[in-house]
Amino acid sequence: MLDPDSGLSLTIARIVQRLKGSSLHSQLERQARVSLHKPEIRLETLKEDIKDFLKTSGWEKKLQNAVYSELNVFPSPCHPAAPPEHMKEPLAYMRKAQGSWEKRILKSLNSMCTELSIPLAQKRPVSEQKELLNKWNEMGTDEPDLSLFRPVYAPKDFLEVLMNLRNPNYENGEHPSFRNHLGLIQVPLKVKDIPELKEDFSELGLNIGQLGIDDSAQVPPEFFENEHVRVGQKVLAEQDSAAAQQYVRQGCPTALRADLWALILNISNQPEDILYYEQLKSNVIQHDLLVDSLIYKDVKLTASNDDYYFVFEDYLYQVLLCFSRDTAVLEHFTYSSATPPRSYIRGKLGMEEYAVFYPPNGVIPFHGFSMYVAPLCFLYHEPSKLYQIFREMYVRFFFRLHSISSHPSGIVSLCLLFETLLQTHLPQLFYHLREIGAQPLRISFKWMVRAFSGYLATDQLLLLWDRILGYNSLEILAVLAAAVFAFRAVNLMEVTSLAAAEAVLADLSTLKVMPLLQIFLFATVT
Amino acid sequence: FRIMAGKVKWVTDIEKSVLINNFEKRGWIQVAENEDWNFYWMSVQTIRNVFSVETGYRLSDDQIVNHFPNHYELTRKDLMVKNIKRYRKELEKEGSPLAEKDENGKYIYLDFVPVTFMLPADYNLFVEEFRKNPSSTWIMKPCGKAQGKGIFLINKLSQIKKWSRDSKTSSFIAQSSKEAYVISLYINNPLLIGGKKFDLRLYVLVSTYRPLRCYMYKLGFCRFCTVKYTPSTSELDNMFVHLTNVAIQKHGDDYNHIHGGKWTVSNLRLYLESTRGKEVTSKLFDEIHWIIVQSLKAVAPVMNNDKHCFECYGYDIIIDDKLKPWLIEVNASPSLTSSTANDRILKYNLINDTLNIAVPNGEIPDCKWNKSPPKEVLGNYEVLYDEEMAQSDGPDRDLRSRPGQSTGVKGNRARDSGKPVLTTWK
Repeated sequence: MLDPDSGLSLTIARIVQRLKGSSLHSQLERQARVSLHKPEIRLETLKEDIKDFLKTSGWEKKLQNAVYSELNVFPSPCHPAAPPEHMKEPLAYMRKAQGSWEKRILKSLNSMCTELSIPLAQKRPVSEQKELLNKWNEMGTDEPDLSLFRPVYAPKDFLEVLMNLRNPNYENGEHPSFRNHLGLIQVPLKVKDIPELKEDFSELGLNIGQLGIDDSAQVPPEFFENEHVRVGQKVLAEQDSAAAQQYVRQGCPTALRADLWALILNISNQPEDILYYEQLKSNVIQHDLLVDSLIYKDVKLTASNDDYYFVFEDYLYQVLLCFSRDTAVLEHFTYSSATPPRSYIRGKLGMEEYAVFYPPNGVIPFHGFSMYVAPLCFLYHEPSKLYQIFREMYVRFFFRLHSISSHPSGIVSLCLLFETLLQTHLPQLFYHLREIGAQPLRISFKWMVRAFSGYLATDQLLLLWDRILGYNSLEILAVLAAAVFAFRAVNLMEVTSLAAAEAVLADLSTLKVMPLLQIFLFATVT
Repeated sequence: FRIMAGKVKWVTDIEKSVLINNFEKRGWIQVAENEDWNFYWMSVQTIRNVFSVETGYRLSDDQIVNHFPNHYELTRKDLMVKNIKRYRKELEKEGSPLAEKDENGKYIYLDFVPVTFMLPADYNLFVEEFRKNPSSTWIMKPCGKAQGKGIFLINKLSQIKKWSRDSKTSSFIAQSSKEAYVISLYINNPLLIGGKKFDLRLYVLVSTYRPLRCYMYKLGFCRFCTVKYTPSTSELDNMFVHLTNVAIQKHGDDYNHIHGGKWTVSNLRLYLESTRGKEVTSKLFDEIHWIIVQSLKAVAPVMNNDKHCFECYGYDIIIDDKLKPWLIEVNASPSLTSSTANDRILKYNLINDTLNIAVPNGEIPDCKWNKSPPKEVLGNYEVLYDEEMAQSDGPDRDLRSRPGQSTGVKGNRARDSGKPVLTTWK
């Protein structure tokens, strides 16, 4: 195995390399140069004095936050000799499955393109550019004819693929053994059990204050809420990402949430970020992409009909259209099991020099994709900031929900975790539902793929996403899904069909997320 | 044939399921208007007849109706403004600190109705005000209509030439009160969410005016305009941009029948707290409660506080981009039509909770009761202001619990979780 020292130096080398080219680096250099004019900087002790200056002026903290951010996002390198695919996905069969899935998606996209005779991308005529620029803030009022477009895939198509995943090295055989899994996922990934989850999510324990439980109307604010808010304000004043991440495990006060998430995601909305967003916007104006229609269709089908998010329809276009053109997103493919689809300039099929990533950000949206953005509109009303927060959330978390990988936060692991939790702790319910042809995962899959967006009330969803950020993991989605089944177990035991089970679980909008999680993890007899 | 002597007998001239279902679920018996009835949910036309001098209608102790005889003191746009202006002047005369003005002569605590004039009566006063700010937009509303009917915007004096008393070309004879209009300064800097304009509809139940006892329904909602808001003059004629009445929005191209362009007040609160902070949001909601109570106090002296009456008002409020709430109008007959499934549930529950308060225990009423329901029956209502309780709290309850003052004791404030404050202002 890799010895810890060389692992650490590899990590350090990588982080240094990544930060070297960043704007933070040039800002630090500039600050250091500026500090030379200050009286407290003496020539004899130049290095020390500059370091002290950067510390007191808060720049060291910014650097710390950037390093912390890198550590959060990039996995530790496995072995210096490991090929780059291993950082994407160590298991060969998973890589293969993801590759096949991608081929299918791209084929579907290309055939839609051919059927409708619409190019994947084309430059807009000047008049159209002008029109779009005028309408930029109200694209929701546009009524393009989207009837011929279909989403490239829906979550349930993806579930079918996951159900058919098999590890070729693992003999499932016809002989049922204790290892045979009765759920839909048939790959032997390691998932945590409740004792392990209790340890990981210890801050959600019964005797620790939580927002979402201990801030309800019946509890006097002096018990927990006031102090928690005070601590939150302090964390923001210190501008410490790591502290913020620890803090939000107990939930964010609504007034502090936007800033806390930005701190954790290391988003500061600098002028160059705003400029970058404007550049993306002009890309949208100049070129029309086929995926744009898919985005329109998705927004119209999902967010526009949502009680909470319909108000922000226009913002969703402004974010998602820019997102499609953002080549910076391509970076995340180094640690994602997915690979961006390629397309070729017309007439140059197969010629590498004429290959481009399509869409430019390599992400083909599926049905419900816009729901990743929608809840963020409650927190950020400035488009460029909203954009950056979404992009960071995507490259840290959401991409794992629609790609095939063995990562503990990947959707495959989440599904397996969900099924295992249910089978282990609610075996009667699990068997009953299986018997009536209502495999629980068929119902909970869509919740997890969307990180519960559109299923929970917004305030509850934000409390859930607080914990995703706080624990830097999506496992809580699987735990919540199991907790929901546990909560409705009595009713579910009475149903006799998949449709009836769906009906019992159709409306989650009244659920209170934190009590459900707490009870399931800490108050259920195991 | 069972004798139903003990059951409440009801009549209504509004054929809405949210009403009728509520009556039926209580086991009440439907009767005709000319029969012996205990409870009559009437339209505003009917209330006019019931209490008109000619009919000499006398209600007995076991009869309750859902309107106050002269509710129009509050619900007619011109009278509401008149009463509020009168109330402010009275407070000013008695030197009340509530009537304090700032250096520009504007009321600090009582400036919650946009500048309004009656037409044609105040035409000249209006012109004077208009000329101070010639680029402003004004909204013309007929006094007696509802649902956004007959409303239009103007930004040029020529557009309302007809109402000029001095106009020689006008063949207008002094209008009957039906044709009167009010003209108000149009709030052209409304708070926008997602770039869209919206207004707030809040339900307020008044069981008695003297002493004033009123309740606010916790589940109010925001009505969004389906078309993007733009203050540009070219869009003045596009009523879909400017008016948020559902009746008008329903015919726009973008009207959605799932959410009906409506947001709950709790969504609004979450959004504002998240993007603007907790203090300013709480202050906004406190101010909203404040202006509702002040509007009721303004009309309380002139209201016929008939003990057979209660009333559920629909308050329309607009919030501007400085988070200041403005009272636009009060409706005596808020719409009971449901535009979406959620809507139907809300209105059903609204009527249910209203009846629980107005007709205690669902039994044959006695209008002489003290109109003080126990806490348990309030449902989704919360006490907004109870004059009796406020006065019994003692004269030393100081005025520091007014909104807009960040210092001082908060009094009996309920938790900051979207609940209206139990106010103790005098």
